[in-house]
This record gives sequence, C-alpha cells and structure tokens, in this order.
Amino acid sequence: MTYIVKPKNHHPLLERNELGLTRRDYEGAVSTLCAGCGHDSISSAIVEACFQLSIESYKVAKLSGIGCSSKAPAYFLNQSHGFNSVHGRMPSVATGAAMANHELLYLGVSGDGDSASIGIGQFIHCARRQVNMTYIVENNGTYGLTKGQFSATNDLESKSKYGDDNLFPSIDLPSMAIQLGASFVARGFSGDKDQLVPLLKAAIAHKGFSFLDIISPCVTFNNHNTSTKSYDYIREHNDSLAKPDFVPLGKEITANYEEGSSIEVPLHDGSLLSLEKLSEDYDPQDKISAIKSIQESQRDNKVTTGLLYVNPDAKDLKEILNVSDTPLNAMGSKDLCPGSEELSKINLSLK
Amino acid sequence: MGYAEFSLSGSKSLLMSKISSINDFVIKFANVNGSGSASANQTFAKGVFRSGIPVSPKNIFPSNIQGLPTWFEVRVNEKGYLGRREGIDIAVAMNPQSYRQDVADLKQGGYLIYDSSWKRDFGRDDINIIEIPLTKLCVQEFSNPKQRLLFKNLGYVGLLASILEMDKEIYIVLIEEQFKGKEKLIEPNVKALNIGYKYAEDNFKEFCEIKVKNSNKTEGLILTSGNDAAGLGCVYGGATVCAWYPITPSTSLAESFDKYSEKFRVEVGTDKNKYAFIQAEDELAAMGMTIGANWNGARAFTATSGPGVSLMSEFIGLAYFAEVPAVLFNVQRGGPSTGMPTRTQQSDLLSCAYASHGDTKHIMLIPSDPKECFEFAVEAFDLAERYQTPVIVLLDLDLGMNDWSSKEFQWNDLKEYDRGKVLSKEDLDEIEEFGRYLDVDGDGVPYRTYPGTHPQKGAYFTRGTSHDEYARYTEDGAKNAEVLSRLTKKFQTASSTVPAPIFNQEASTSSIGVIYFGSTDCSMQEALDNLKDQNIDIDAMRIRSFPFNLEVWEFIEEHDLLFIIEQNRDGQMRTLLMAEGGIIPDKLVSILCFDGQPITASFITNKINAHISGIPSVAAS
Ligand SMILES: Cc1ncc(C[n+]2csc(CCOP(=O)(O)OP(=O)(O)O)c2C)c(N)n1
Ligand code: SF4
Ligand SMILES: [Mg+2]
Repeated sequence: MTYIVKPKNHHPLLERNELGLTRRDYEGAVSTLCAGCGHDSISSAIVEACFQLSIESYKVAKLSGIGCSSKAPAYFLNQSHGFNSVHGRMPSVATGAAMANHELLYLGVSGDGDSASIGIGQFIHCARRQVNMTYIVENNGTYGLTKGQFSATNDLESKSKYGDDNLFPSIDLPSMAIQLGASFVARGFSGDKDQLVPLLKAAIAHKGFSFLDIISPCVTFNNHNTSTKSYDYIREHNDSLAKPDFVPLGKEITANYEEGSSIEVPLHDGSLLSLEKLSEDYDPQDKISAIKSIQESQRDNKVTTGLLYVNPDAKDLKEILNVSDTPLNAMGSKDLCPGSEELSKINLSLK
Repeated sequence: MGYAEFSLSGSKSLLMSKISSINDFVIKFANVNGSGSASANQTFAKGVFRSGIPVSPKNIFPSNIQGLPTWFEVRVNEKGYLGRREGIDIAVAMNPQSYRQDVADLKQGGYLIYDSSWKRDFGRDDINIIEIPLTKLCVQEFSNPKQRLLFKNLGYVGLLASILEMDKEIYIVLIEEQFKGKEKLIEPNVKALNIGYKYAEDNFKEFCEIKVKNSNKTEGLILTSGNDAAGLGCVYGGATVCAWYPITPSTSLAESFDKYSEKFRVEVGTDKNKYAFIQAEDELAAMGMTIGANWNGARAFTATSGPGVSLMSEFIGLAYFAEVPAVLFNVQRGGPSTGMPTRTQQSDLLSCAYASHGDTKHIMLIPSDPKECFEFAVEAFDLAERYQTPVIVLLDLDLGMNDWSSKEFQWNDLKEYDRGKVLSKEDLDEIEEFGRYLDVDGDGVPYRTYPGTHPQKGAYFTRGTSHDEYARYTEDGAKNAEVLSRLTKKFQTASSTVPAPIFNQEASTSSIGVIYFGSTDCSMQEALDNLKDQNIDIDAMRIRSFPFNLEVWEFIEEHDLLFIIEQNRDGQMRTLLMAEGGIIPDKLVSILCFDGQPITASFITNKINAHISGIPSVAAS
C-alpha cells in the first residue's frame, strides 16, 4: 500500500456549502481498502455529513485504533489532524485529546475487533465518562485486517466464509452504550446513506458521547450467504425505527410527516433532530424501550437501525469535571504556575 | 562510626549497659496496621525535626489495610545522614504479634518501650525496659472506646518527649496545627500526650541516656516526600491533565497533583478547574489519555509503578515513534511481577530505558531527594516537549512515600516553559511546506503543530506505522530506516541537555570511582565519609539521567575500577552503561542490595572494603 494524493480540480458547477466549500474539500487520500468495502461508504457519508454541516475541517480531530476501519480516517477530511493510535486504545487517546482542548470536534473511528474485543474496556469507560465525541464502530463482524477471524460482534448463527461455526454469542455495542450512559446511541448501515447521513449529522451536533454502530460489510471475508453481516442479509432484515432528518439551527423542517407520526428532539446547539416514526411506541428518549426494541428485533432475527436513544441534556466529561472554558492547551505559565511566593509558603508549611 | 556509644552506668554488670548518644539514634515503632499509629509516629519525627535535627522517617508497611504488623523507623542524625541505618536503639513495641522480632532487632543497651498493661518477660537482660501501662491509663482517662485505642499512640509520643528530654511544647503546637479547624479535638489529643509525658516524668526521669538536644541543622530544610514534591512540581511545571490508575507506591504522587491543583488551579470568578484529573480504568488508558492530551498541546502526565509500566509499554512505543511528548513517573517498588508492593527497589531501569517493542529508547530522569523530584518534574515537561518523546521520571518507594529532610524548593519567576518546536498559525503562514517529520534544523527534532491551528496548513496524520517525513504511510524500508536513524540523532541531541551527573570529589585523584543514583544518595554520602575515615579515597559520581552525558563517559574513562551501587539484583545500571558505552565489563563492579529495604551506608562500606582489600595497591593504609 502506498499513499496516493487525490488530484483536486473543482468543477465550477459543483455544489458549495455555507463556507463556499465543495464535497471534494472534505475528502481524504484515495482509499486502499477493498473495492466495495462498507468502510468506504461510511467515509463518503462522513464527507457528506461534514459538507452539509459546513464544518471547518481543521477544527476536527480524527482518531482511530488499528484495523481496516481504523485506516478510514486517512480517507476523509484531509485538512484535519489525524491520529491512528494502537489497537483498541483510541478511546483513551480521544479522552486525553478532548480534555486538552474542548473546542475541537472529535471523530473516533474504530472496528468491531478494535472496540468489542481488545478495546472493550476503553470503549466502556469512554461511554460512561461521556467524552464529547462521535464514536463510530464500522462493524463487519470480522477482523478484516488480519484476514477474517470471527469478531465478538459476529452473531452466533453466522458462519465463517469457510463454513466454520461461530461458537460464542455476539456483543451488542449499542445496548451496552445505552446502559453505560452514552447520551446518543444509533445504529446505521453503510448501505443506507439516506439514513446514515442524518444520523451522523445529529451525532456530530450532539454534545456528549455519541455512539454510532454502523454495519459495514467486509466484502472479502464476511459477505457470504451464511453471514449475518452481509449486504443482502442486512437489507433483508433491516428493522428501521424511524426515518431521521437533521435540521440545523435556523432551518425549517421540510419533510412532510403525517400528523402524530413524527418526533422532534432539540439538540443543545439549537438544531433539531426530527424523526418519522416507523413503529408505534418508539420513544428515543426512553432507555428502557430502546433496549427492549433492540432485544425484540434480535429475537425476531432482525437488525434495528436508526436513532436508538438520545438524551440531549446530559453533561459531558468537561462539565462533569468542571473544567475551565478556556482550553487547557491554551493556558500558559501565567495561568498555571503559582510562582515563588506561594512556593515559599509551601516551604514554610513543610517545616 | 560516631553513633550510639555504650556507657556502663554503675559498674555492676552488662545488665545495666545503656546506649547513650545525643541527636544520633534510630527508633523503631512497631504497630498494628490501621491502628492510627502512623500519624502519631509522623508527629514524633516532625517534633525532632522542629528541634533542629534532621530526621529520616521510614514507613515499613505491609500490603494490607488492617491487622498486619507495620513498622515506622526514624533515624535521627545531626550530621544529616539520612540513609537507613541498621540496628535499633529504641523500640516502641506496640504490637504483641511482632514482639519477638522487635526485641531481637534491638541493640545491646537499647531501650524497649512497651504497653505493660499486660506484663511480659522478654528474655533479654542486655536491654533496658521502659514499661508504661498505656491501655490502662487510656481506659482511665477516656470513656470513648475509639479514643481509648487511638490515644495510646500519642501517649507514647508524650513518653518519648520526656525520656529524650525534648521540649513538650513543640508537640502541643504540632497537635494544634494538625487539628486547626477542628479545635474540639485539640484538648483530648494534648491530654493523651500529657498522659505519657507525666508517666515518664514520674517513673523514668533520667533513665534514658539517649537525648534530643535543640540544634540548628534543619535551617533551609523541609520535611516532605518525593511523591508530594513531584506532584507539586507537575503543578509548577504547567501540567494540566493527570490520568492515572492507583498503584502503590505512586498513588500519592497523583493525589499530590490533585491536592495542589485544588489549591492553585481554580479559576477566579468561574470556580472552574484549570486542570483535569482523571482516574483511568487501567494503566493503558492512563497512558493513552496522557498521549492524547500531549498530542493536543496540553502538558499531561501519568504516575505508576513497575506493573503499570509493563502495561503502558505499547503506548510508550507509539509516543516514541510518532514523537508525541509524554511524562511518566515510575515510583519503583520490589519486582518482578506484583513483587513486594510496599518495599523499595531500583529494578525498572532497563524496562524503562527500552520500554516497548522494536528499537526504542527513552529519556529518564532519576532524582535523589524531594527537591530534585520537584525540579525534575518541571524539567520532564520541558524535555518531553523539546524532544517530542516520552520522559520517564524514576523514583522509588523509599524516596516517593517516605518523608525526607530535603533542601527547600526554589522557583525562578522568570522561568518560561520550553514548549519545544511548535508552529503557530503565523509560522505556518510563512513557511512554504510543512513536513511533520522533516529534520529542518539538523538536530533530529522536527516541528509539530497542534490540531486546530491553521485552516489550510499543518494538518498531518499521526501514526505508529512506518511513515515518511510528511507523516504519510510508507512501506519503503529505506525511508523507515531514515526515520529510525533520525530518532537516534534526536536522542543524542538530548544527551547534552538532560541533567548532568553530580560529582563528589574534591580532586579526582583516586583510580577508583563509584557510580550511584537515585535514593542511594543519602547512604552513599555517609559511606564515602566512612571510607575516607579509613583512608580510602574514592571518586564518586551520581548519575541523574539517561541518555548518559559525555561527563559520564569521561568519569568512567578516568578510573580503572568502578563500583556501581544499585538497589536491584541484576546490576541494571551496569548493563545500561555497558550497552550504551561499550564499557569493558571487568571494570565495573556491582554492589547490589535488593532485599526491599533502603540500602545502608554500612552495606556499601563493607562491600567496597571487602573488594578492595583484595587489591593491594588501594587497600586501607
Ligand atoms: C496489540 C495488537 N494485537 C493484534 C494486532 C493485529 N490486528 C490488527 S487489526 C486487528 C483486528 C481488526 O479488526 P477490526 O477492528 O474489526 O477492524 P476491521 O479490519 O475489521 O475493520 C488485529 C487483531 C495489533 N495490531 N495489535
Ligand atoms: S478486508 Fe474487509 S474490511 Fe478490510 S478492506 Fe477489505 S473488505 Fe474492507
Ligand atoms: Mg471488523
């Protein structure tokens, strides 16, 4: 694999966002993933979401662990700093980074091996600490980069490409995240951009820990017909809770929902997440019904997607720790050093 | 050797022999863990310190919360020798469980103080027994069952003040200071002190021939621990993020940072914190947070001990290779594995110098007293940012957790932090091309940018995979080798700016040298004086950092034979010197103490003596 820089020639008619930027401005290096890999669709959904939100790329930090999925940050947002850390440890690096400067937008990208196995401890604690970030797991039920071993999110009944049985039940990361106190939890599918882009936009706008489990088929190792993470399987079994629409601050709701069939969740920055209900008793602010509906669809061999849970008022880590509004990395010796006079007092107190 | 001489009072028999000395003795308290004795013992030591005599209290505690035996040893020494000394002059035996050992450790002519509410025959007629029925006295004087137990501790402090002929007022003031804000508690505590004091005045007037006499040898000194000092150093050094996971003996370092931050780092007006203190889920996460925060331009650190360093190793390698600053304190304890969590060693030298897989090397700072812990904490952040690499500060349990009579802390208000080569937006505007790993200045140290600095320039992809000068992934072996070589160059650049060794030699005339480091310093000083008294002159060098400066190599070059004093089994500093400097092994003789107790001067002296008595030309004349 080598590094390929994409040529940049903007077509004059390309659509521009509020910053005057085109989608090309949000792209990254040319992907080196397999053609058809779900991860690449997620990268382009991220590009789309950031373009639509008119995000300034340089105010974004992209962090990842190790895996095919964790390589993805190289393939979007070229103008953002990236940090490809070590396997399973992106959450701690992101936590430290977010503490140093709360003014950036933190985008964490991980895989199911990265987050549900080696890094599950860090995933858990990152969620319960409410680190203000968008945490994406590109979930393919397999270890792509090490060539197709079962991952811990692979369903019990899902066989390997070579016909091996999977011996252990799967871990459902969204249910865990909800229980752990994550304040935004959704599941998407790399093959459903219409659902994914608004979910990403809402996750980014949400303050606190936004978790997105995105089913992202691995065409090379886990896309066969006995797999439950294949494109075909997910298309057939997708149980979408609601059609999301993200409405930025100051924009009007354009979608035309039938009366009583939509829910609106105002986010902390004034934007609105509007959801067209697809099931009667859907209430995304109710933890218990969220977990219940995930379990029910699991029982019925279905995969719930959409916004599962949101608490727009939750405190994030910075607020919990009561950290200053001035970013810690912008403080100098004048703000931080107590000086010689105080030190003399300390000396005296130690006599 | 100057301490604790015998006098035969009367002239009847050895039975009456008493150790007599002024301002020079070792007292050992034997208590039950969790009985509240620690604070009373500390108070005793501080009282002697306030009398103007340097002390070195050492807590010898089990890895247990309640019930097991625990000891507290205080060396009192007017000359300022603060290393541990073998042999106990006074034993305060408050734990029947350990009577046997405590009595056996007592020197001939020493004094045994015990709670004679239950009388005992200790089977030794060469020691002096001071009986005080502490339990009975406390039951008489206090009605609250908790107080009856707790106040036995201050009771024996009162007794000691009397028999050592100390100024009791010092202890009353100490009690008043301790309970400032809880005035109600002062009266019963003073009462407890007086119970012991009065009992001794009535029954043991002029019995003990060991005395504490007011002196002035603590001028310019403070009594504090290395961990407390290092935590304070982090506040002064501008650290804003501390991520850590509890482990003895490093916990109190992180807690010290928190304590001083609560005091100095709360924003006026908003009451918000100018720091983040995060107890991580494990050491991996603690290191990850430290790296993430430093990457993003905040000064961040973690504190741990050997087992934590093992867990952090993968991350340490990432910080080394991706060139992210990070500060790590390793307060060493007895290894390997979980080892002796509450005992001291210097056995993580190699695991820190080369922590992580692949070719890695790390800057290490090795302080020897609390003042240096404070200074090296500050220095560590400057070095980490200057060289964009992990810096490991190595303390040990003895230095970290025990109070030392140390020189006062100093601060120069003109000091600016050295944030290293960081490009601002303006800098980026001016330069044509930014390459994160370009060696622009030829010193092996590239320029970095913080995320969010410039809308178009300066973004790069930090990675632990092989990369070129522009931080792009590459599988070109030659490119990767270039990066590795530059990292070596960077390390060499660092060798001239890390703290230089300290030499202890008036004229370097001897052909013999001794090399030591860290907490060994206090015992070394005493050992060198002892050897000098025996007409053995040795040049001494205290190593304070890794990579080794030129002066280290020169010192080794100038001497034919070098003793290397270490508190580990394998002579890790010796290995490091051999590996890094190609030194002939025969030249370096190890003197190793690894029983978990702080090394003593007599141990060093005896070992050196034994070795050189086999070398005719330098044998004692
Ligand atoms: C400590 C460590 N152990 C093992 C590996 C090898 N490894 C690299 S990626 C990976 C699994 C990645 O799976 P996942 O996170 O699901 O990513 P995917 O490739 O499927 O997108 C493993 C085991 C490693 N890099 N580091
Ligand atoms: S191996 Fe699978 S996960 Fe990895 S790039 Fe190929 S398709 Fe994607
Ligand atoms: Mg995977």
